[in-house]
Amino acid sequence: MNNALQHPVASVATNDVPAILEMRGISQIFPGVKALDNVSIALYPGKVTALIGENGAGKSTLVKILTGIYRPNEGEILVDGKPTTFANAQAAIDAGVTAIHQETVLFDELTVAENIFLGHAPRTRFRTIDWKLMNSRAKALLTSLESNIDPTIRLKDLSIAQRHLVAISRALSIEARIVIMDEPTAALSRKEIDDLFRIVEGLKAQGKAILFISHKFDELYEIADNFAVFRDGRAVGHGNLKATPQDEIVRMMVGRDVENAFPKIDVAIGGPVLQVEKYSHQTEFRDISLTLRKGEILGIYGLIGAGRSELCQSLFGITKPLSGKLTLNGREISINSPLDAIRAGIVYVPEERGRHGLALPMPIYQNMTLPSLGRTSRKGFLKAANEFALARKYAERLDLRAAALSVPVGTLSGGNQQKVVIGKWLATMPKVIILDEPTKGIDIGSKAAVHGFISELAAEGLSIIMISSELPEIIGMSDRVLVMKEGLSAGLFERKDLTPETLVRAATGNA
Amino acid sequence: MSRLLRKRETLLFIIIAVMIGAFSTRADGFATPGNLAGIFNDTSILIILALAQMTVILTKSIDLSVAANLAFTGMAIAMLNAAHPDLPLIVLILTAVLIGACLGAINGFLVWALEIPPIVVTLGTLTIYRGMAFVLSGGEWVNAHQMTPTFLNVPRTVVLGMPVLSWAAIIIVALIYVVLKYTQFGRSTYAAGGNPTAAVYAGVDVGWTKFLAFVLSGALAGLASYLWVSRYAVAYVDIANGFELDSVAACVIGGISIAGGVGSVLGTVLGALFLGVIKNALPVIGISPFTQMAISGTVIILAVVFNARRERNRGRIILRDKAAAETPAEVAA
Repeated sequence: MNNALQHPVASVATNDVPAILEMRGISQIFPGVKALDNVSIALYPGKVTALIGENGAGKSTLVKILTGIYRPNEGEILVDGKPTTFANAQAAIDAGVTAIHQETVLFDELTVAENIFLGHAPRTRFRTIDWKLMNSRAKALLTSLESNIDPTIRLKDLSIAQRHLVAISRALSIEARIVIMDEPTAALSRKEIDDLFRIVEGLKAQGKAILFISHKFDELYEIADNFAVFRDGRAVGHGNLKATPQDEIVRMMVGRDVENAFPKIDVAIGGPVLQVEKYSHQTEFRDISLTLRKGEILGIYGLIGAGRSELCQSLFGITKPLSGKLTLNGREISINSPLDAIRAGIVYVPEERGRHGLALPMPIYQNMTLPSLGRTSRKGFLKAANEFALARKYAERLDLRAAALSVPVGTLSGGNQQKVVIGKWLATMPKVIILDEPTKGIDIGSKAAVHGFISELAAEGLSIIMISSELPEIIGMSDRVLVMKEGLSAGLFERKDLTPETLVRAATGNA
Repeated sequence: MSRLLRKRETLLFIIIAVMIGAFSTRADGFATPGNLAGIFNDTSILIILALAQMTVILTKSIDLSVAANLAFTGMAIAMLNAAHPDLPLIVLILTAVLIGACLGAINGFLVWALEIPPIVVTLGTLTIYRGMAFVLSGGEWVNAHQMTPTFLNVPRTVVLGMPVLSWAAIIIVALIYVVLKYTQFGRSTYAAGGNPTAAVYAGVDVGWTKFLAFVLSGALAGLASYLWVSRYAVAYVDIANGFELDSVAACVIGGISIAGGVGSVLGTVLGALFLGVIKNALPVIGISPFTQMAISGTVIILAVVFNARRERNRGRIILRDKAAAETPAEVAA
């Protein structure tokens, strides 16, 4: 669905005008991780630059540097050719940079006009806010975007698409010259996307430079002029998008040698353990069926918002499915709460391990045994000795480094906290373990260790569902892969058919 | 953290000891065992209510209705005692615990099933329960001469060198210690307050845990109501007015985190004793009641500052780990 004809492309001669903003040799280092490594990128007036990369490639870090939230450790930013530092968010706004996020960062309880002019509202002679002028200017801005939103209504009464318009109006009101759009289409319908793209064309015509982040190739080819591909914090390619076929971009995104990086052990796969039939949820997913076999690693791939986590959370009893049938080891079961799931032998290791996984003030051993208290206690009374024994067993197995098992989890490093979360779930002796983005936020070295461990678990006969947004991980680890797209199954692929291209194509729905 | 907590409790203990020492230089006989036992006896009801409050605070909630619950329940059993002097004391005490637990269950139900913030629920029931006490009594007092001697005397009876009132506090301390440390419910309160989301994922029913905490808090308030009414030998609508704040203060001084999930029984007991010592000592050394209130208030704020600093330190560790954990991953958004 190439709509390029509807959006006449400006002259392809890209670099004959000087860049509005240029980043040169930017590196951003966090404890233990190099999030960006010597990255350079240039944004030109009247051009849309697509920023492409897998999760964790460093796109969001770049956005945070551009909006003054992070200060890079190395490199320089030039605005109109002059070196500039973005000491804070205000400095970035002063330099003319504004970002429109996937989830717009606006205030629900304030009116549309207040949201647009927050921090730079027009004032009266007495330094009070000039509501009349503010509302009429807001109206004018919205009209220029062909919208008839009433500037005096509260933001919470608007749809997501309308909120984007408010965010864009805000960008226009501060006379931004560089507009960053971070997955702006993720929650929009096709028609709303067309409206948005018309506005983007308008912004281009006004000479604004736009950085457009999206996973959807069809949209990128529709709207973007240039592209930059990031991988593992490095810029691995840039150029004119229309002149570059999609296959080549995918190759840049994935890049590394997929086959050898993953210590997958060949496991004799047994009979079906968990069967999910026609699982549907009110809003998040529909008609998902899958069969998980003994010793199998089933990967679930898809874009953010495809419904992967929601599906697994409903298998774990966090949310209730609308309809569907669940069979575990040949017996039909119904799961209404996480406790049901844990008892049945299904556990879920959540993506946000800090927020969903650990009670930081509690000791390590108490965190580890929390879902297993039924087994460690006797006659309703907790037995500390049993708890310590169980915790010690998994601490040793996972090589947990801690002064003592009685210290609070909050005192551990991120990697060790991770081990506590995994240990806690293994200690329940599950039959099925669901891992949501198991290597999110950990460095390459630890990733290999986690992958090795996952393989070991499968070899021991555990059935594993692994949600991941990282293609090499999905392809390297999975026996089969379910691809989800917008809440629906977009295909089930056998290991021999797994290539980055097939998966990306299924997930983005692009021919 | 347990080591750190222990440090804090040791510190609190030392402060209390130093205070007693300092007061005894100004008032002879302050530090005698008899007087100290008296202070403990005076503080018994606060200790019980503070432990009730602590259980609720651990689950990231608060129970502002404990004192109003005490007032209503106290009025109810005092009237029952006046109307039916032949009812055995144990029946009255069980009735008090039961009424208290029911009032606590109302709080708990509103918090659990309707998901109303606990501070709003208990601020509402605070006035409702006191209003109910007024409606029940018609504003009348129940005075000592209307109560039976057994009703009045049991808490003062000395058993093994201590009044029954003190023993009641000691038994409740032991009971709450066991419940929080050795039962699944106890562990669940810490988990539900420490990280509610993680607790849900671990199969803990957070709403139910909060409900039980409120029921326990109400039951203890019911027990305390009997002890209060018999000790002061009077029941009227305004008894224990403002006492809910003392119970919260005892928790805060004792190192219970208002954010939930952190705190120990020992800390709460010491926090209550700290307040008890101050309340008993200041009149003895001739400080006016208004200055006393100011001093109590200052101590509470100091304790909160102390807690906040400690929690900020802990927060830093979390944030650093979080930054390290999140940054590379970048919500590819």
